[in-house]
Amino acid sequence: MNIVVCAKQVVDVSEIKIDPQTQKPIITGIAKKISDIDKNALEEGIRIKEKHGGKITVISVGSADVKERIKELLAMGADEGVLVVPPDNADYAMISHILAGVIKKIGSYDIVLCGEASIDMFSGQMGPRIAGFLGIPQITYAQKVSAEKDHVVSERNLGDKIVTMESLYPVLITVTKEINVPRLPSLMQILGSASKPLLIWPMDGVVSGQLIHKISTIDVKGVPMQRKNIVYKDDIDKSVEKLVNDLAKEGVLR
Amino acid sequence: MNPELNDPHPMKLEMNEQQLMIRNMVREFAAKEIAPIAAELDKKEEYPTKTLEKMAKLGLLGIIIPTQYGGAGLDTISYATVVEEISRKCASTGVITSVHNSLAAWPIIKYGTDEQKKKYLPILAKGEKIGAFAATEPNAGSDLGAMLTTAVLKGHHYIINGSKTFITSGPKAGIIIVFAVTDKNAGVKGLSAFIVENTMKGYSVGSIFEKLGIHASLTSELIFENMEVPKENLLGKEGEGFKIALSTLDGGRIGIASQAVGIAQAALDESIEYSKQRQQFGQHISKFQAIQWMIADMATHIEAARFLVYNAAYKKDKGERISKEAAMAKLFASETAMDAVNKAVQIHGGYGYTKEYTVERLFRDAKITEIYEGTSEVQRMVIAANVLG
Repeated sequence: MNIVVCAKQVVDVSEIKIDPQTQKPIITGIAKKISDIDKNALEEGIRIKEKHGGKITVISVGSADVKERIKELLAMGADEGVLVVPPDNADYAMISHILAGVIKKIGSYDIVLCGEASIDMFSGQMGPRIAGFLGIPQITYAQKVSAEKDHVVSERNLGDKIVTMESLYPVLITVTKEINVPRLPSLMQILGSASKPLLIWPMDGVVSGQLIHKISTIDVKGVPMQRKNIVYKDDIDKSVEKLVNDLAKEGVLR
Repeated sequence: MNPELNDPHPMKLEMNEQQLMIRNMVREFAAKEIAPIAAELDKKEEYPTKTLEKMAKLGLLGIIIPTQYGGAGLDTISYATVVEEISRKCASTGVITSVHNSLAAWPIIKYGTDEQKKKYLPILAKGEKIGAFAATEPNAGSDLGAMLTTAVLKGHHYIINGSKTFITSGPKAGIIIVFAVTDKNAGVKGLSAFIVENTMKGYSVGSIFEKLGIHASLTSELIFENMEVPKENLLGKEGEGFKIALSTLDGGRIGIASQAVGIAQAALDESIEYSKQRQQFGQHISKFQAIQWMIADMATHIEAARFLVYNAAYKKDKGERISKEAAMAKLFASETAMDAVNKAVQIHGGYGYTKEYTVERLFRDAKITEIYEGTSEVQRMVIAANVLG
């Protein structure tokens, strides 16, 4: 079973602060990591490989420093890594186009695994767009994947219902973070990751023709959350009554 | 020409890529697996058996054990960062890791015969048995020469009699480096080291101590009554025990210094978080200069302590004698930890004095780092002897 896992480097969003003057997020100096749900995708890939054998290739489109992050994924259990550095300001369409180009160049694949979305932008577009470029079936929001020899059965979590789907290979699956708990690499796996291939492919060998930039980000701003700072100073019973009324007025209690 | 002269940055005070990956892995492990249970283990005085099993799977119980014996064969800086990150979440698990690697495995790596290495190192690397180090006796602490435990060779066995005290992991250890007198007329040159298994005839665990801190690391007496230790379990030669003990403790001090840095870092982490959230007089207490100065001092001392640890570790890997460097790292890091936890409780005020807050545990855990594996006074003796010549 040949497995491709798509991974994205993101800033650790839990550490992002908003500049109180400009409302813009401060992202300089914040640690970078692989988007959490992409690690779930790799973990699922490793489990499928443990069952059927095969090879796992991790691919990423991002800046040159993503190499360091890919090494962590090689330590976790991927066999090979491929990185493509995109043009500046690449949008979802361009990046999915490049990722699809990488997968086409890899050629032989049965399953492409992605996180349902990245933890920074959370557009959820990458998997479906790649499946579109590749012309293969897709199963999104998978919370369970049972990979059999010639087909895969997967449970999609659509919030209010669970839909079970089946597909032949090749197939693209995006997973939710509930699907598994990603393993940590052992010291020996970290040592072993240094000898696994990590390739940087140039853009021109991956996509032909000009990529057209269609989406421009005009501004990124944090949502200001103003506290009301109401202090209830009456006796307990009255204060509780007022608090409950106020909460109901705000729509917190229904 | 020296190629380093062309290097604009010939001295690198940063971890390499592999060391960073190891630190990140252990940090994540400690956050997910250790932090959620640390307070409970402390309260129940419960040994972290399950955590140690998980650590063994990740190779953390064989960090410095060579790969041919099933370990990771890593450098001392990697080892130090592992102990620091574990201790940052649980100082008890930290000291168990430190003693297992540097006081039990290391002397076997350094002084063991091929047979001893083949027999014992894979067991330690896999965590099938936990290691301990038994030198201290009721009347022989800093003064190892006052040791009373004796080992007498009879046929194919040494017969060991005596007792040891304050043995970290004592009740749980399976492989113990035991020191005993083989020639009572030769002073410290009459001490020898042995690899002892807890299953050997005549071995027993004495009382378990109730301690101020590091509650989850069990500490006990060990009692040897006509304990029969096979002749081939002598570590090094007869009379080399004192040398083995001192060189092992040099490395052990890097572990304890790392544990102290971890505790101090935890105190700083907690203080930063609390001071940015606690409000008094209409503002966060982190805005008050009195708090800022405490935080600044903590951060500065921690950074200095960590670099002293890395310095000792780096020199150890280069094969240099590190008595002075390890003593400096252990002395400074443990006193930094004590100072940091004191400030952390102060910053937390009344809440810091309650078991609701982590700093209360850190305050109790820090003190031991100034005592075991050589008190601060012994570290100063070692440093002074090296500096004064």
